[in-house]
Amino acid sequence: MSRPQHHILSVLVENRPGVLARVASLFARRGFNIFSLAVAPAEDEGMSRITIVVDVERTPLEQIVKQLFKLVDVIKISELDPRQSVERELLLATVRADASSRGQVVELVQIFEGKIVAVGQDSVMVSLEGHPDKLDDFEDLLRPFGMVELQRTGRVALPKLGRDVRSSAVKGNIG
Amino acid sequence: MKLTGAQALIKALELENVEVMFGLPGGCILPAYDPLLDSSIRHVLVRHEQGAGHMAEGYAHVTGRPGVAMVTSGPAATNMVTPLCDAFMDSIPMVCITGQVPTGAIGTDAFQECDTVGITRSVTKHNELVMRAEDIPLVVRQAFYIATTGRPGPVLIDVPKDVLQNSMEWYWPTDAEVVESLPGYRPTTKGHPKMIKEAARLILESERPVLYVGGGILKARAADVLRELAELTQIPVVTTLMARGAFPDSHPLNLGMPGMHGTATATTALQKSDLLITLGARFDDRITGKVSTFAPDAKIIHVDIDPAEQGKVRRPDVPIVGDCRVVIEEIVRAIKDLLAAGEHQVDIAQWRSRVSGWQEQFPLTYEQSEPGEALKPQYCLEQLRDLAPEGTILVAGVGQHQMWSSQYWKFEEPYTWVNSGGLGTMGFSVPAAIGAKVGHPDKTVWAIDGDGCFQMTAQELVTASVERIPIKVAILNNSYLGMVRQWQEMFYEERYSEVYLSPEVPDFVKWAEAMGCVGIRVESPEEVAPAIEKANAINDRPVVIDFRVDAREKVFPMVPAGFSNDDLLLPPSQAEQRKFLA
Repeated sequence: MSRPQHHILSVLVENRPGVLARVASLFARRGFNIFSLAVAPAEDEGMSRITIVVDVERTPLEQIVKQLFKLVDVIKISELDPRQSVERELLLATVRADASSRGQVVELVQIFEGKIVAVGQDSVMVSLEGHPDKLDDFEDLLRPFGMVELQRTGRVALPKLGRDVRSSAVKGNIG
Repeated sequence: MKLTGAQALIKALELENVEVMFGLPGGCILPAYDPLLDSSIRHVLVRHEQGAGHMAEGYAHVTGRPGVAMVTSGPAATNMVTPLCDAFMDSIPMVCITGQVPTGAIGTDAFQECDTVGITRSVTKHNELVMRAEDIPLVVRQAFYIATTGRPGPVLIDVPKDVLQNSMEWYWPTDAEVVESLPGYRPTTKGHPKMIKEAARLILESERPVLYVGGGILKARAADVLRELAELTQIPVVTTLMARGAFPDSHPLNLGMPGMHGTATATTALQKSDLLITLGARFDDRITGKVSTFAPDAKIIHVDIDPAEQGKVRRPDVPIVGDCRVVIEEIVRAIKDLLAAGEHQVDIAQWRSRVSGWQEQFPLTYEQSEPGEALKPQYCLEQLRDLAPEGTILVAGVGQHQMWSSQYWKFEEPYTWVNSGGLGTMGFSVPAAIGAKVGHPDKTVWAIDGDGCFQMTAQELVTASVERIPIKVAILNNSYLGMVRQWQEMFYEERYSEVYLSPEVPDFVKWAEAMGCVGIRVESPEEVAPAIEKANAINDRPVVIDFRVDAREKVFPMVPAGFSNDDLLLPPSQAEQRKFLA
């Protein structure tokens, strides 16, 4: 299975009511599909960072970045090159695991360096933090046991230390 | 000083130098209408909130100052959506204030509640729900700052009723505080010096250049520097629908409007050009025709204050983000520097003569009616134009009459043409003309309307009569939704579906009179000039002329939607000269 070409946008915004709706509706209006989204307060008080993963060609991506810039609440946008970024995601899953299969599930969690969060009669809840690709593999291997519930957080990312972000722009400095 | 939120709102508007606002009160905005009684601000009471929005737009179009509208919550706010979208598409500075249900009732489906900021998010440059009375002065200052700087546009402020009633300690933020409060808003005005030099070099090197001028020139108040650039380089100019008036129509370098209903010369000049110097224009589909075949040999210099316009439709060779006025001044200086350093401009005389050839072969034309036949709409426009007092402002609705207005009027000065370009809002002209007349009470304002458009917003003539705003309206009445009829005739094998209105009702003359206007009906060519002269002489009330015109008349030239500009349709009388368009 070939993975779609994804781009990671790290968007620094003012932490105000409605800002996520503004960003999301802009993507919807311009016809862009958001692959994954994570929002949380950032390093400066009053700011949030939105990490958006989109699957698009380069030219329309440029357009969506420029449109995002026009939102008054958006302060800074960085496009992160996956090869030069640290990407992380958290997975929580409840998997069927009766007496006969529990050992195999536990072994799998150990191999992936995940955690058993809770144990029930015939199921276990597991967690794994790591690169989204690793989570994909883990998820694929868990499925045959029987996935009861699955929740992933969406990806967060920051540039690797000591390297330049591929394209970073603050308002007023682009074009 | 303690003020209520409502008093703070009105005081803030006064300090933003608002001289007039257009609106209609209701439940949630009631508190704001009380201090208005004691304010220096004139309020024009409309008959429908959409009218208030278009009036604010018309005012902004002709004065360059932000138009202000104030209405209540719920249905009033939804009635404002069309004008907001219209202003957003055409980059009109506008501030709209809506009432909202009290903060405690938000989200409960209270009476006249709607999610105004949610609904208007995608049709405003910015919007804000104010949750505390003490935020009002800053939010108002931010709104005016955002609406009028960068690429102008509409800003909406939604104010809950209790926020208007609560008290606050008055303050007035400084310019620096406003800028600091908006860390994510930093419009670029100055062009990149390297790109400016590159643009100057390309302009001197190109053999078939065209200045492709859009509405941004007017927003940047750059008509005079555009003229300097054109005259310095002798490069021909095309002015889009939004830019009519930015360059005098009588100027020998002006080729008129390009695009779907542009002159054959303007459209063809873009097609054959090797360099489009694009100034405040956005490669709209009505200009480019089929994009993949648009100006195939042209390099593109694109000057726009909005970075998102660069490369949105056509990838520029020289992108310049900045204010048109500032950038053009810099380009002119760079060209002069190059010339002073001994560089020469390529001789474009051959190109100029080719363009002049098209102008001679393909003037705008229509067939005059024979005696006893129906009046031609183009003839009415020519007469209106020739009899118009100097400085007349022309306002159009949307459709055939709009295109004929743009084609047949002679615009000599900027800010004398008001129309709905991007959104194409039928019903725009009557309220927009009222707003324009309020902005320039000393100038004659003619609204050109279709009978379809007129019936959408005609009630605002009651506003005009009562408020003594003597606009003039010329209805080019063909009893049809004329532009749709034209498309059905040309592209749907004359299968006319739901386009026939009625030749009998309404009686536009009686309707006009019922609204306090003078009503005049004109049915034959010899009545045209006397009726216009009579209308021009009336200055104490609005006038409506019902011109009964030929429904078969079509707008030419025409580039059908999705066609290449190379395949523009000439008027039948010029079809045989097609070969000269090479």
